[in-house]
Order: sequence, then C-alpha cells, then structure tokens
Amino acid sequence: MNMNPRTTQKLAFAFFLLATLLIIVPVGLIVVVIIQKGLPAISWEFLTSVPKKGMRAGGIFPAIIGTLYLVSGAILFALPIGLFSAIYLSEYAKDNYMNRIIKLSIVNLAGVPSVVYGLFGLALFVDFFKFGVSILAGSLTLGIMILPIIITASREALEAVPSSFREVSLSLGASKWQTIRHIVLPNSISGIITGTILGIGRAAGETAPILFTVAAFYIPKLPHSIFDQVMALPYHLYVISTQVPNVSEQIRYGTALVLIGMVLLMNLAAIIIRYQFRKKKKW
Amino acid sequence: MIISGGNLDKTIKIKILDLDFWYGTFQALKKINASITEKKITALIGPSGCGKSTLLRVFNRMNDFIEGVRTEGSVEIDGKEILGPSVDLVSLRKNVGMVFQRPNPFPLSVYENIVFGLRIHRDHLSKREYDNMVEKSLKSVLLWDELKDRLKKPALSLSLEQKQRLCIARLIAVKSDVLLMDEPCSTLDPQSTAKIEELMIELKKDYTIIIVTHNMQQASRISDDTGFMLLGELVEFGKTKSIFTAPSDKRTEDYITGRYG
Ligand SMILES: Nc1ncnc2c1ncn2[C@@H]1O[C@H](COP(=O)(O)OP(=O)(O)OP(=O)(O)O)[C@@H](O)[C@H]1O
Ligand SMILES: [Mg+2]
Repeated sequence: MNMNPRTTQKLAFAFFLLATLLIIVPVGLIVVVIIQKGLPAISWEFLTSVPKKGMRAGGIFPAIIGTLYLVSGAILFALPIGLFSAIYLSEYAKDNYMNRIIKLSIVNLAGVPSVVYGLFGLALFVDFFKFGVSILAGSLTLGIMILPIIITASREALEAVPSSFREVSLSLGASKWQTIRHIVLPNSISGIITGTILGIGRAAGETAPILFTVAAFYIPKLPHSIFDQVMALPYHLYVISTQVPNVSEQIRYGTALVLIGMVLLMNLAAIIIRYQFRKKKKW
Repeated sequence: MIISGGNLDKTIKIKILDLDFWYGTFQALKKINASITEKKITALIGPSGCGKSTLLRVFNRMNDFIEGVRTEGSVEIDGKEILGPSVDLVSLRKNVGMVFQRPNPFPLSVYENIVFGLRIHRDHLSKREYDNMVEKSLKSVLLWDELKDRLKKPALSLSLEQKQRLCIARLIAVKSDVLLMDEPCSTLDPQSTAKIEELMIELKKDYTIIIVTHNMQQASRISDDTGFMLLGELVEFGKTKSIFTAPSDKRTEDYITGRYG
C-alpha cells in the first residue's frame, strides 16, 4: 500500500496525541475520583482531631503530624549529606575507578525497591543502633531512600553552572571552596531545592520504609520524643483500607486526599521556588 | 640563551627560563626562554594549538587545575619564582589577572562584579572604600560615565564590549599589575575591538600586558614586543617592529605573510 506522506503524517500525529492523552487520563481520573469521594470528609474536625471508634470516625491529626515529623527528619538528614556528596562528586572528585563506582551505586540506590529500604532500616537503625521503632529510625530510613534523588538533582544543578564562572573566580585568586560557596551554589540553588522537594514528596508518600521502622497502627496522641512511634498518612491509609473492617469510604478517600494534597502542595512549592530563582538568572 | 625583548634598559617583569610543559605525555611547551618587559604590551602569535594559551596560563598557574600536567624550568615575576609548590597562589593570581576570550562577568550586578575579588580576599573595606574602588576601576576602563547610574544593573545585560571592559575593571580592583589577555577581542566587532585596543594602550602606563591574538594587524598595532610560537616552541621573540618588518626566522616570516597555518 502506498500512502501519501501527508496522510502518514496525520496518522502519526493522531497516534502520538492519543498516546499522550492516555497518560493524562489515569492521572486525571485518580485525582477526580479522590477529590469527589474524599472532599466531603474534609473538615476542620477531620484535620485536627484524633481517630475515634477504632479509626472508623474522628480525624487523622496524629497521622498528619507524624508524616510532617518524618519528612522533616528525613530532609534534615538527607539534604546536608546529599548536597555535600553532590558537591564532592561534581566539583572535587577525579574521574577514577573509585568515583565511578560511587556514581554507579547512587544510580542503583535510586532503583532499590522501597520495601528493601524498610528492611534495611529495621536491621540497621531499629536493631543494630537500638533506636527502636521510632521517629528517628523511620526518618533515617526515609532519608537514605531519598538521598539518590537529592544527590542526582543537586549534581545536575551544580554541573549546569557554566565552567567559565568557576574559571574566572579561580583566576581572581578565589579558592575552590570560595568559588563553590560564592559562585556555584548561588547559581544552582533552584535545582537543588527542586530536587529536595521532589525527595520530600517521595518521602511523604511511601509506606514500606516506615512500616517496620516507625509507623504505629494506632496512637491517638502526639509523640514526645524522637524515640516515640508515630502514625503516618500512607500507613494509616493502608490500615484503614485493609486492616480495619467497615471504615467508611469517605474517611478512606478523605485520608488519601490529604496525602495527595500534601504532596501536590510540596511540588507546587518546588515549582514556585524554582520559578523565582529562574527569573533572576540569565545565562 | 635569553632572548630579551630588545629592551635591555627596561625593567624585566617576567623572566622565563627553559620552560617545559606537559599535558600528560604531550609536551605543549618546549624550552621557552624570554623576558617580558614591564609596562609594555607583549603579543603572542602563532597558529592554533601552538601553546599560546598554555604559556599564558603558566603565568597565573591556571594550568594547575588540569589533571596530569607537569611544568619544568623557571618563571620569575618581579624576581620571584612562581613555579613550585610553595608559591602563594592567591597573591599570585591577584597580581596576575586574566581576561578571557569570551567576556565572562558573573551573573551579579556591575558593582558586585567589581568588588567580588575584594570580598573574596577579605580586604575589609568600608562601604565608602568599596564605592571608591568601583569608581576608580570603572574609570580606568573608561566605563564610569556610561555606567555610574547603573551600578546595580545585572552585568549580563551589558553589551559585549562593556562586559569585556568590566572584566578588566574586575582585575584592576584587586590590584593586578600583570594582565593576561587570551584573544580578548575575538568575540567583538571591529569598532569595539578598536576601543579595547585604545584601552590597552592607555592601561600599559600602569600594567604589564600580555595578549594572545590571531589578528596580525592587532599585534602590530598595539604591541611593543611580539613572540611567535610554533608547535610549543617560541621561535622568535623581539621588538614587534623588527618581527613584522624583518623576521629573522623563515617560519616567522611564513606565518606573518600568511603562508602558514
Ligand atoms: N587540557 C588539555 N589536555 C591536553 N592537551 C591540551 C589541553 N589543553 C591544550 N592542549 C593541547 O596543547 C596544545 C596547545 O594548546 P593551547 O590551547 O595552548 O594552544 P593555543 O596556541 O592557545 O591555540 P588556539 O590559538 O587555538 O587558542 C594543543 O595541541 C592542545 O591540543
Ligand atoms: Mg588559545
């Protein structure tokens, strides 16, 4: 069959458009369904009170707070370490065997299933370091899980800074560290922040890493120290969806909505911050 | 043998003795000997890849950042050896400033570009002293009148020529007294080039300038001494006039008359 090029062109276009639409449909559906079913559950009461009647009523306040604690802890741990290793890898590391292995490990670390991180956290932080099932153990586990995201994003941001900036700075007598501190970091900050917030989003949503390391099935009060257990949104959602019978659909979807809302808010923050910094830079 | 620029009566600023330089196993500079005179413009000419930039970057030790390089021989600036591990690179690089091929101000304001070096070197100056330094530096590159009301403007919004002037002003602020210029006009149009050349002639009252250029007219217009390099060797070094009118080496003649590279 001999089709004319214009027809092929149109067919191809239609095909690609369809493929793209196919991606949007499930995402859109998920959001729509969750909002539709969850929105009626959202109220001040739902957001600020503890679960009641065996989690079949009341709110999800402890789980929201727990997730906030865990995410903050993960960032507190992963951001400095991730940023420093990104600086090392992109600014200092020579291209040798050792450093190639490090880079490869980071890529592989990103591909490790999250449940494996959970087991690792259990073995290392809970048992070996004897932190127990605690906010500390859970935050560290989540932190390790998001390290590759932060390192990769930061490295890309650092490497995007034109090398001529570094060269001038060094030629003016600045040390390598001064050059990084005054020239490279200020010009890559938006990328680093974006990576960090993507990491936060990932940490907020994962269940498996916190399953064995911190998450409590049901604690209707807030933690007192980093050695306490907490509830967390993703795990709470799992519990009320599969472990506790007869939880109303509203509460389940309401919880999912809050979780998605938190992650989307963080992503939105990333976009706004990046936009603000982008406006300033012009190279 | 030391080939002096024919200015035996003048002060020697940089003295190069048997300088060899390797990138790994590739020898990019071979037994270079020369004396560069203070407060003159010295031009380095030669075909692409002959080692001009490499030689320039020996003077402020910028080659140090490249892995696997090796330098042998001696280079003295103001009578002090600048090769070797014990040299204070910060003050060397303050002293010996570099202007690059592409004008490359930082993505900061005009003002911050000029004071960057001062801040880095922690010369604790008052706001007033910083202001004075900015004014003085911009005046020396003849930018003050154009920019005095726009010091807070981003430097990246300037024209190419203004940017290149700003890069020179940045060196003046840290009190460099040797200016290394690696093809500083190659991205500029002829008019801007002429203006930068004027500036260089103005600046040589106070500064020792070494310029790499592919532009023969430029070298003969502005330089006092010229060195012709070929495949890592300094083939000929002497008064610009004599190099351009009566080169003593056949290879120099071929290059200058355009029969080479
Ligand atoms: N980083 C490097 N590693 C290895 N070899 C290099 C490096 N930089 C330059 N060279 C080589 O050293 C030689 C001299 O290079 P250099 O840049 O000094 O030449 P140049 O005279 O400045 O040339 P151009 O006129 O093109 O700027 C060239 O053969 C080049 O390939
Ligand atoms: Mg060059």
